[in-house]
Amino acid sequence: MTRATRRSFLLSSGSLLALGALFGAPALAANQDEALWNDLRETLFEDRAILPGDGVIDLDAPYRAHDAAVVPISMVALMPQTSERYIKAMTLIIDKNPAPVAAVFELTPQSGLATISTRVRVDSYTHMRVIAETNDGQLYMTTKFVKAAGGCSAPALKNEEEAIARLGKMKLRQSQPARLGEPNEVQLLISHPNYSGLQRDMLTNYYIPAHFVREVVVSYGGQPVLKMEGAISISEDPSLRFTFVPEGPGELTVEAWDTDDTQFTQGWPIDPKAGS
Amino acid sequence: MKWCGLLIGLLLLCPGASAAADPLDMSEIAPGVYFYEGAQEDMSAENLGAIANIGFIVGEDSIAVIDSGGSARQGEKLLAAIRAVSDLPIRYVINSHMHPDHVFGNHAFLGEAPQIVGHAKLPRALTARGEFYLQRLEETLGEVAADTQVVPPNVIVEGTLEIDLGSRPLVITAYTVAHTDNDLTVLDVTSGTLWLGDLLFVERTPVIDGSLNGWLAVMDQLAAVEASQVVPGHGPLQSDWPGALTPQRVYLEALRDQVRRIIAEGGTMAQALEEVDGGESGPWLLFEDNHLRNVTAAFKELEWE
Repeated sequence: MTRATRRSFLLSSGSLLALGALFGAPALAANQDEALWNDLRETLFEDRAILPGDGVIDLDAPYRAHDAAVVPISMVALMPQTSERYIKAMTLIIDKNPAPVAAVFELTPQSGLATISTRVRVDSYTHMRVIAETNDGQLYMTTKFVKAAGGCSAPALKNEEEAIARLGKMKLRQSQPARLGEPNEVQLLISHPNYSGLQRDMLTNYYIPAHFVREVVVSYGGQPVLKMEGAISISEDPSLRFTFVPEGPGELTVEAWDTDDTQFTQGWPIDPKAGS
Repeated sequence: MKWCGLLIGLLLLCPGASAAADPLDMSEIAPGVYFYEGAQEDMSAENLGAIANIGFIVGEDSIAVIDSGGSARQGEKLLAAIRAVSDLPIRYVINSHMHPDHVFGNHAFLGEAPQIVGHAKLPRALTARGEFYLQRLEETLGEVAADTQVVPPNVIVEGTLEIDLGSRPLVITAYTVAHTDNDLTVLDVTSGTLWLGDLLFVERTPVIDGSLNGWLAVMDQLAAVEASQVVPGHGPLQSDWPGALTPQRVYLEALRDQVRRIIAEGGTMAQALEEVDGGESGPWLLFEDNHLRNVTAAFKELEWE
């Protein structure tokens, strides 16, 4: 059981879930949850120590989500990104999703603040966790429990024609004029169905093959700001809210690739002004 | 007990088993037009999934069903209600849109070999969602969901389709994306009764499963249709037309305007879920869950404007 799960967890946590369904008692369920996490942890981080996220990273997630296919969450950095000490990676894990690793983010001091918001699919009541790795290699974790179900197989696209027509389009939203030398928050939207592989095809009655944005690279003036490796747990039309620090005029560039290796690229000129 | 089991066995073997169902309690809202008002509840084993407004129209030589109910069990009760007033053939089962509470009674009518009429996009929607809906129904209704199947239409409507029940024309109109991407209305020309499906919710929180902007646009088209009374998808029969559209319009416009404002100010979806309340339109039944899902849907749609 343990070995099989470990081997296949990136594709499926089904075997553990099936066992969980057979034994419904809460205490057993809690043990199952812990066993599931221990397996994930060992595979992803081996025997590295993981400290509590206090002072480093927090996770905002609704205790109960109303639309399991679009659950807004934020990984909230509790420390600034400086060249001396910064969060260099964050792994977002949804324990009971068919592919538990929802995304891995890489950050730099130029990210300004390692706070990232996105929207995820949640397949069943589950722990959700973010594990931050600081530049000294130490891991920190914050965990939340989220009640939502069915998000990975929920039918895609309420308005299919419109969604297909704008596939690959990107949009950058800035809530304020850009400020020089400070963390500026922006929202990046990428129009993509991000098919999970667990949704039905409208015409053929087979499952739609998984087809999602697998990598997003954001840079400013040629310097890396943020990189995301995505997977099927990211909701359709991926949304990323993050910060960057412009030290002068430049272009914010986004390059993204989906699992068909289709590339989407766009740039936005930024002309930051000194704060008052 | 032994005899009881045998009896159930015989009923299962017998294609006319549905005749044993208790008829739904229908109201005749115009001569030959019968209406069942669904419960303003979520689907449950207790209510057999009978939460949507459904009905039938009797012409001189045939009958049309307008939405078949939320389970095979409810469909059987609708069939029994029809047979209590007429022996004419049931030539049409019209599905107003894809949602389970409207189409999951289709199975009960298969023995009548009707034409099952739906929007041109209904087959695709049922293929994509039907199994998911069925799974949910089985989880929610348990044994009461037995025999319920996804039954796709065999007559599709693009634009309009006129059918005749014998000196009784019905005009079926298909719309662009609104409540869903496969909404139909049915106008009984004889009585001036307009069946709106879920293009109109009365008292119960409207649910966006298509497009908020699209729905508002379709409501403008609906308002121009002449009718003496309208049957909403949920809630009581309405005789004030097009005035009956107003509460839903107030809600959808408030939702649109509040979500747009938050997007324009750089706010997040999480913030919209906290702050958007649907303005002065309420109170609505079954509000919280449905409203919050609407906020999510509206945000996802409007951030691409």
